[in-house]
Amino acid sequence: ALALPLQAAAMVDDKIAAFTGGADVGEGGLTLTAPEIAENGNTVPVEVSAPGAVSILLLAAGNPNPDVCTFNFGPLAGAQAASTRIRLARTQEVVAVAKMADGSFVRAAQEVKVTIGGCGG
Amino acid sequence: MADNVKPRVKVPKSASAGEVITLKTLISHTMESGQRKNKAGEIIPRSIINRFTCDFNGQNVIDVTLEPAISTNPYFEFQSQVPEAGEFTFTWYDDDGSVYTETKAISVG
Repeated sequence: ALALPLQAAAMVDDKIAAFTGGADVGEGGLTLTAPEIAENGNTVPVEVSAPGAVSILLLAAGNPNPDVCTFNFGPLAGAQAASTRIRLARTQEVVAVAKMADGSFVRAAQEVKVTIGGCGG
Repeated sequence: MADNVKPRVKVPKSASAGEVITLKTLISHTMESGQRKNKAGEIIPRSIINRFTCDFNGQNVIDVTLEPAISTNPYFEFQSQVPEAGEFTFTWYDDDGSVYTETKAISVG
């Protein structure tokens, strides 16, 4: 299941388009925190934070399936932020896209170097 | 499939009214991704928790859609407002139809 980088990028673009409905995606206001180097791709800590967001989509561009998770924040959310642990098959870019309360979208990305891949090949 | 599934949550016992608190949740689950193969070379079918929600007194705090790229024993840390005393309800939805819930009361004062 080794997708070519171009195909992977196209998959990520498709996932983002499905999330945004094709709207323009800006930058700023969304913080994605992930380690620069992850020794174990089976459990990589990732944090997203976007004050004023309604939901945040998280994607792993180099995984066989780029979907990771979507956080939807309810009325009682104390902050539009969350942390979790994810699987990364290999060194790749992790991408987050936030939908803000005014309907606009912003994205952030970070490259994570993976020493041991996390898809159990 | 879903053996030894045990939810764990960390919620402060009390807070002041209107305070924002941090919640930590973890549920033991293999999160079989559907990408792995067994020794015979057959793909092991996907079996994951696909949704997690947290509500406080019936109002939603967070609702997460999970995909197979979430690690074994899914962990989430997030923040909630505490407008009054009450109860947090945490719910995990398994691919096999199982639903796991955990509740934690919090006092205000």
